[in-house]
Amino acid sequence: MTGWLHSCRRTSVPTLARHLIGVAVAAVALLGLTYVLDPFHDYQLATAAAYLCAAAGLTVLIGQNGQLSLGHGALMAVGAYTLAMVQNQFGDHGVIAQWTVVVSLAAGVVTATLAGTVIGLAAARLRGPYLAGLTLVVAIALPAVTTVFSGVFHGDQGMSVFLPPVPDQLGVDFPMERWQAWLAVAAALLTLLALANLVRGRFGRSMRAIRDNEVAASVAGIPVARVQVVAFVVSAACAGLGGGMFAVLAQSVSPDAFTLTLSLNLLLAVVVGGSGSLAGAVWGSLLLVLLRYWADQLTGGLALSAGLRTRLAGNLPLAVFGLLLIVVMMAAPGGVQGLLSRAGRWVGGRLIRRPSHRAEVPAPDAEPPAPVVSHS
Amino acid sequence: MSDLLEVEGLTAGYHGVPVLHGIDLRVPAGTICAVLGANGAGKTTLLRALSGLIRPSTGRIAFDGADLGDLATERLVRRGIGHVPEGRGVIAELTVEENLMLGGAWRLGWAGVWGAARAGLRRDVAEVYQLFPPLAARRRQPGHQLSGGERQMLALGRALVGRPRLLLLDEPSLGLAPRVVAQTMALLRQLCEQTRLTVLLVEQNVRSALSIADQGVVMSLGRVVAAGDARRLADDADLRHAYLGF
Repeated sequence: MTGWLHSCRRTSVPTLARHLIGVAVAAVALLGLTYVLDPFHDYQLATAAAYLCAAAGLTVLIGQNGQLSLGHGALMAVGAYTLAMVQNQFGDHGVIAQWTVVVSLAAGVVTATLAGTVIGLAAARLRGPYLAGLTLVVAIALPAVTTVFSGVFHGDQGMSVFLPPVPDQLGVDFPMERWQAWLAVAAALLTLLALANLVRGRFGRSMRAIRDNEVAASVAGIPVARVQVVAFVVSAACAGLGGGMFAVLAQSVSPDAFTLTLSLNLLLAVVVGGSGSLAGAVWGSLLLVLLRYWADQLTGGLALSAGLRTRLAGNLPLAVFGLLLIVVMMAAPGGVQGLLSRAGRWVGGRLIRRPSHRAEVPAPDAEPPAPVVSHS
Repeated sequence: MSDLLEVEGLTAGYHGVPVLHGIDLRVPAGTICAVLGANGAGKTTLLRALSGLIRPSTGRIAFDGADLGDLATERLVRRGIGHVPEGRGVIAELTVEENLMLGGAWRLGWAGVWGAARAGLRRDVAEVYQLFPPLAARRRQPGHQLSGGERQMLALGRALVGRPRLLLLDEPSLGLAPRVVAQTMALLRQLCEQTRLTVLLVEQNVRSALSIADQGVVMSLGRVVAAGDARRLADDADLRHAYLGF
């Protein structure tokens, strides 16, 4: 697979075409996978894909541009609430069609983009811990808005989301979870496609230049503040899409789903997966979902008292994730993707070296090599 | 000869503490002006103020007759002011080619990715490879794999890709072998004569700088203490002993 991609690069297949091929292959594979998985695991796949939308945007912001955000959970809330409100308006007016979900998701992306623009403009003047502090405030304050304006957002109890049923063409037995997985995977692949092109292009180089050396980037003519703001806005749009998908999956929105923990989970997914790497965001998002599941399975299998099990159920996945973070940071500062890349290079190196090593060993009946004549 | 750069009463510093105290400077087009002085004289601060990296508190900077006001660094680059900062500022993660392309990326605009502007940029990058052949051999390697001399070439090349009319060079000889320093200085002289590039050269290596400069400015504690023809400055024994250390 890697060799094929490398050969594509060597034969100068345009970047967009390469990414489109990659996305098409992934779409077919995941479509097939949804038929293999049971509805519960389809739902897990959908959840991971929704996380991926936000984590992919965040990994570009942190890893490629060097801006740390602790507030992306709040931007997901903006996307989710917008989707809920627009979707419910469609429902109230008797508009029941699949395209309404696309329109509502787009509305979620737009509002998250607007919120991201406001935060990004302030963030462009801040660096390091100050930027983290500002986004932390956003993560805490924004979900609280739902309580302040409870007439609109229905306070702590949140609101349910009206969604059209599974299309009739798919059959009456088609599980809702598989349909949700299709929607979420489509959103995640579109996000990855857009971000991959952005990162590989001129804008991506500008982002990395600013991250590496702001003064050098500035004297090279890069509008540092503008690139910083646009990077934040792009990342916010991805978070808005992820939040909208969350609302589609849960079919409800409430402030509890978008606490600071969600922002920190996204950050963990980015770091554990490999900061700055879109493939790393995929691993991180999968781990976010699977670790919680495995930890639940683990606590369920232990002979614990009912009280202890209840307490562990919420905290053990977080503790496991924290431990994993420490282990990954010690073993592989580049995250899971960094580890895989290193392993790939090691295996590739051995595969390339082995045939040449064999070639140097003469066959038993071969002539001895001619002595090397020096002309010096 | 008309002055490309005119600086009058420039005061600038960091966090409210002034470093430059009323600098006056005139640099004619197509010449090299060496800015000399001991550590802490304010040479780097002067270049940073001219390229918009710090905001002057008072004074006037005019480029090609137009007042620059509070223009941001990227706008000044578009006007034709290139800056190779101290420490070279090579983007470590980008390849040599990407670093060079970055230097002229502003010329493409947001829509001109595949247009004539891109072809022009490619031509300029190819010219930099002709000026610095070692860079051509390493075009696919990331910046962090280059030697000190190659990094200097890359920083200079990236600034040239931006087609500057005024080049602000901060200590280009720092950490380089004498032979490489001589080559760099000769190249600057050649560029000035062939392309009418104007250079403001901050340099600790006073002899090298004055050997190629048309005029010189000697700074001390944020003030200009002497200015004039480069050869006259080099011949002034009192000035050499007091400020230039040779």
